[in-house]
Amino acid sequence: MTDVPMVLAERVSKNFGSNKVLRGISLEVDPGEVLCIVGPSGSGKSTFLRCINHLERVDGGRLSVDGQLVGYRQKGDKLYELKLKEAAFQRQEIGMVFQRFNLFPHLTAVENITLAPIRVKGLSKAQATARAMELLERVGLGDKGDAYPAHLSGGQQQRVAIARALAMDPKLMLFDEPTSALDPELVGEVLDVMKELAKSGMTMIVVTHEMGFAREVADTLVFMDEGVVVEAGPPREILGNPQHDRTKAFLSKVL
Amino acid sequence: MSEPESDRMIEAEPGKSPESGRNAESGRAPRAGRGRDADNAPPEAIVAIPLRHPWRNVVAVLLVLGLAVFVLDAAQRPDYGWADVGKFIFDRRISQAAWVTLSLTIYAMIGAIVIGLLLAIMRLSPNPVLKSIAWLYIWLFRGTPVYVQLVFWGIVSLIYPVFTFGIPFMDPWVTIPNEIFTNLFITAVIGLALNEAAYMSEIVRAGLLSVDQGQEEASTALAMSWGQTMRYVVVPQAMKIIIPPTGNEVISMLKTTSLVAAIPLSIDLYGVSRGISAVTFTPVPLLIVASLWYLLFTSALMVGQHFIEKRFSRGTGRVKAGKESATPEPAPTAVPGAPGGPLGTDFGGKG
Repeated sequence: MTDVPMVLAERVSKNFGSNKVLRGISLEVDPGEVLCIVGPSGSGKSTFLRCINHLERVDGGRLSVDGQLVGYRQKGDKLYELKLKEAAFQRQEIGMVFQRFNLFPHLTAVENITLAPIRVKGLSKAQATARAMELLERVGLGDKGDAYPAHLSGGQQQRVAIARALAMDPKLMLFDEPTSALDPELVGEVLDVMKELAKSGMTMIVVTHEMGFAREVADTLVFMDEGVVVEAGPPREILGNPQHDRTKAFLSKVL
Repeated sequence: MSEPESDRMIEAEPGKSPESGRNAESGRAPRAGRGRDADNAPPEAIVAIPLRHPWRNVVAVLLVLGLAVFVLDAAQRPDYGWADVGKFIFDRRISQAAWVTLSLTIYAMIGAIVIGLLLAIMRLSPNPVLKSIAWLYIWLFRGTPVYVQLVFWGIVSLIYPVFTFGIPFMDPWVTIPNEIFTNLFITAVIGLALNEAAYMSEIVRAGLLSVDQGQEEASTALAMSWGQTMRYVVVPQAMKIIIPPTGNEVISMLKTTSLVAAIPLSIDLYGVSRGISAVTFTPVPLLIVASLWYLLFTSALMVGQHFIEKRFSRGTGRVKAGKESATPEPAPTAVPGAPGGPLGTDFGGKG
């Protein structure tokens, strides 16, 4: 079973009306691998990420997580759209961290983290809270359990958001530009948490503009532009010796 | 990339001194970083002659004079029947009728809020059937006058004297006499609630839409169902937007209850006042009596609304100064009689 990739995308495409956002993305992420996706804005990075946990519907190609087709069920050679409940069940195994944190402002940090485990997984409040405190400790916010999001800095909020995603015990974590909305001096603390997570063996797909992080942590770096994968490979090769003109042009602007 | 960035940030920090703007006026160098320690002396206060507004005073005097003339005149006119106002203001029939009006308001609003919440959620749901039903309901009940609707509910018991259950156009299995719509008080509550629900649903919808899309997304990504997302994430946050205009609707409803005369139900404040004046032939004093009672209730509701709004703008924990909340929150301030919600809360004249 170990040879089943965590994420397998085969010519995945997605349109918003006549606008082709993804035009055939093919890539593979193995369990424990950290994949960073970089590229100019509008290149479809975030859309691809959102397709993986079915926040967006895939229009063409095949996308599967841990051997399971995302959003559809295959019977014979026909595809059936999943019920909302089944789609929700698939998402349990996929954690997601957003650019703008999206913490629930009316709940404390602990309540943010325990909401889904209690309501979706049926954990008791005591169990969920104990686990939440453990996770807060792990992201370095053991003393902030009772704080409301508005009373936390951006970096702290994003770390709570990471803890919230981890509370569902996901097999795969998706990060959608997790540091782009942060003040520069707060970026480091979030990246440190992500590095620790990568070291612990979590499978991660990270859309990012942090080239330093990508170079240090990623096993594979993917450069996307206009809905296609332009180049993919070990980060040192891509960053050090880009083969395509588009990659070169992009890197010359951000490095 | 992050490391050199964080070093650079430290330098940008000391520009924040609140005095730095005023330093320029007193002729000193406004260099924020260096000059900060030097200007410990408090800045000189400005001594200037305030701008005069002579026309304001003129208009105010004229208005006060006009009001005085009106009051003095009204006090003498026999049609106002001030003696009768004093006689009836604490009349038992009137105070009982005021209680009926209050009960009508409360029951109708409770019904309206429950139905309105359902309609709003139906209208925002991904299910096209529910969406259409909610749209149709709002179209019908918001598109016809409440007076006409109340007349209709008043004669429903004539159109449907019995409720029957069974296969349509066959002999019914069960037949129950229509006792709901023969009770005029219940009819009034239903009629008012069904009408108000259409307005409430729009208020609730505006509240639900005001919640950031990212909240729903984050909740969905945590594998919560649509219903759980609504219940635990969206609705609690929407309350802040929903509460102020709902207060307005309560005040509006209190006055709209006078229209139950259309049913015809005549045990409410306005109905009883009219009933008494039909016997005593003193319509004006009784209108004044009714108005005073309405004013008493609406004033009390306004005070209540003020406190509820204050509580809900605080309750989310957003207003207190936190590390990042340097931007003052545009909390809905209590403006009596004005809708506090930013969008979709004004539906044109009614009540």
